[in-house]
Amino acid sequence: MSALLAVEALRVAYGKIQAVQGVDLTVAEHERVCLIGANGAGKTTLLKAIAGMQPSAGGSIRFTGDAIAHKPSSQIVALGIALVPEGRGIFSRLTVAENLAMGAYIRRDKAAIRREIDIIYQQYSRLGERRDQPAGQLSGGEQQLLAIHRALLSKPRLLLLDEPSMGLAPLMVKAIFATLADAHKTGVAMLLVEQNAHLALAHSDRGYIMETGKIAMTDSASELAANSDIKRAYFGV
Amino acid sequence: MARRKRSAWVSFTLLGAGLAILPILIETGIGRSWVRVIDFSLLYIMLAVGLNIVVGYAGLLDLGYIAFYAVGAYCYALLASPQFGLHLPFWAILPIGAAAAALFGILLGAPTLRLRGDYLAIVTLGFGEIVRIFLNNLNTPVNITNGPQGITLIDPIRIAGFSFAAKHHWLGLTFSSPQQYYYLFLTLTLALIFVALRLQDSRIGRAWAAIREDELAAAATGINVRNLKLLAFAMGATFAGVAGGLFAGFQGFVSPESFNLMESVMILCMIVLGGMGNIPGVILGATLLTVLPEALRYLGDWQQAWLGRIVVDPDDLRMLLFGLALIVMMLYRPAGLWPSRLRRREWEDQRTS
Repeated sequence: MSALLAVEALRVAYGKIQAVQGVDLTVAEHERVCLIGANGAGKTTLLKAIAGMQPSAGGSIRFTGDAIAHKPSSQIVALGIALVPEGRGIFSRLTVAENLAMGAYIRRDKAAIRREIDIIYQQYSRLGERRDQPAGQLSGGEQQLLAIHRALLSKPRLLLLDEPSMGLAPLMVKAIFATLADAHKTGVAMLLVEQNAHLALAHSDRGYIMETGKIAMTDSASELAANSDIKRAYFGV
Repeated sequence: MARRKRSAWVSFTLLGAGLAILPILIETGIGRSWVRVIDFSLLYIMLAVGLNIVVGYAGLLDLGYIAFYAVGAYCYALLASPQFGLHLPFWAILPIGAAAAALFGILLGAPTLRLRGDYLAIVTLGFGEIVRIFLNNLNTPVNITNGPQGITLIDPIRIAGFSFAAKHHWLGLTFSSPQQYYYLFLTLTLALIFVALRLQDSRIGRAWAAIREDELAAAATGINVRNLKLLAFAMGATFAGVAGGLFAGFQGFVSPESFNLMESVMILCMIVLGGMGNIPGVILGATLLTVLPEALRYLGDWQQAWLGRIVVDPDDLRMLLFGLALIVMMLYRPAGLWPSRLRRREWEDQRTS
């Protein structure tokens, strides 16, 4: 498999504090990769750097072979990387329909966009029923679903997800991962950041363990899930 | 549906006819000075609609907006007065003034891209004052703006030989200068309102709304946040530049005095009072805040007539009532007199949660 995303020796700093200190990471075409680590390990920063929302201090980021480390986020979205930000980042005062329309901001094929949005409404009747209501009135899980679908409407080849399960009821988490599985079937690769290691590894092909700005370990998801050190550190067993 | 469409056309026609005969009614009814008041309120509507692009659409709090009005006004004043001996035609100056204001908008926008809320407000406030102080002091070493004395004897607006300063007879009616300016200002105001409405419904307008709601999420959907913020500043400034040019030609005199902080605050109040983000609300706010203070002047005359002396100075009363109105507004209609769907929703949200 060729690497869709290749991050090499990436460094990101906030002033003097180095949040990401020389990270190497790849995501292949159609691959699901998870990034596990404690609070403050630099996971969110890494995602933001890939999405072009945080300038890097060194190293390289390549997407389909092109260097994207210094491109603005607006260009990166157009290349096919979509970020679902931490805490959902929906436009809470805009309606559900307006939120979805914003997801397709970079696209011009109006008819296809309308068709895709209709399919979303059919699949998730709660979103369909509430299309003209402010998105802030949706439940947390519905907001997360909305955020994921908004990101998918930009037709990404790689979806970056920052803690999609955070603060949600188990049933809702299930629905969200089912949505992600559907998206994966259509060929979208994913880089998933999670604190819930068990959940993340169960839905990934490969995993990276991140500790204080560095990659501590990488392996296939099944190997990581079986690793006793990781079990102790992240599964709370 | 057809009936609704027809009734919309009827009210549209009635409104048009009303606006067309308004200056004639006012001049014969309550006097020419009131036509001037209406002219000024049209200028303020242009300013409020322009500031609404920056504050209402894109959510960037700008307290130095009057600076762009000043740029437009001084452009006209310098290019059509004895100051430099230049007398360029109106159709050339107005675009120059608008473009200069847009340039200043970008000049203000570029360094403040990363600022939000209170911090942006402070910087824009400073910018407005800097422009005014420059205008006040650019009379030495080279005299450009004539300093605090301002520029006088500015050419009245003249389009294709038609001077707006002279009386004209048409259809058996005599049109005074303020009446003729009214029709010019009304035309341009309607044009600017049309542009603002179209912008709101466009891709750009939706991107502005997204930036206002959540800048990070907006960037994540592929919006070029930097360029769109600069565009909002430039657009808003262009409106003020147009209004400024009209003001200079209408007034025949400009001085830095006219462009102080209080004016910026006043225009912001018009938007907040009327309903931020909603064009009809903004127009209502601008009209109320220009017409009502003039009406209060009568209170001085009445006091003189009934009590024999002036007990409360109308100017003080104006500020008192203004403050009172703002407090009452905050309590009972926090989203404005005529709020947009979005603003109303936002306040209801906060009340229920």
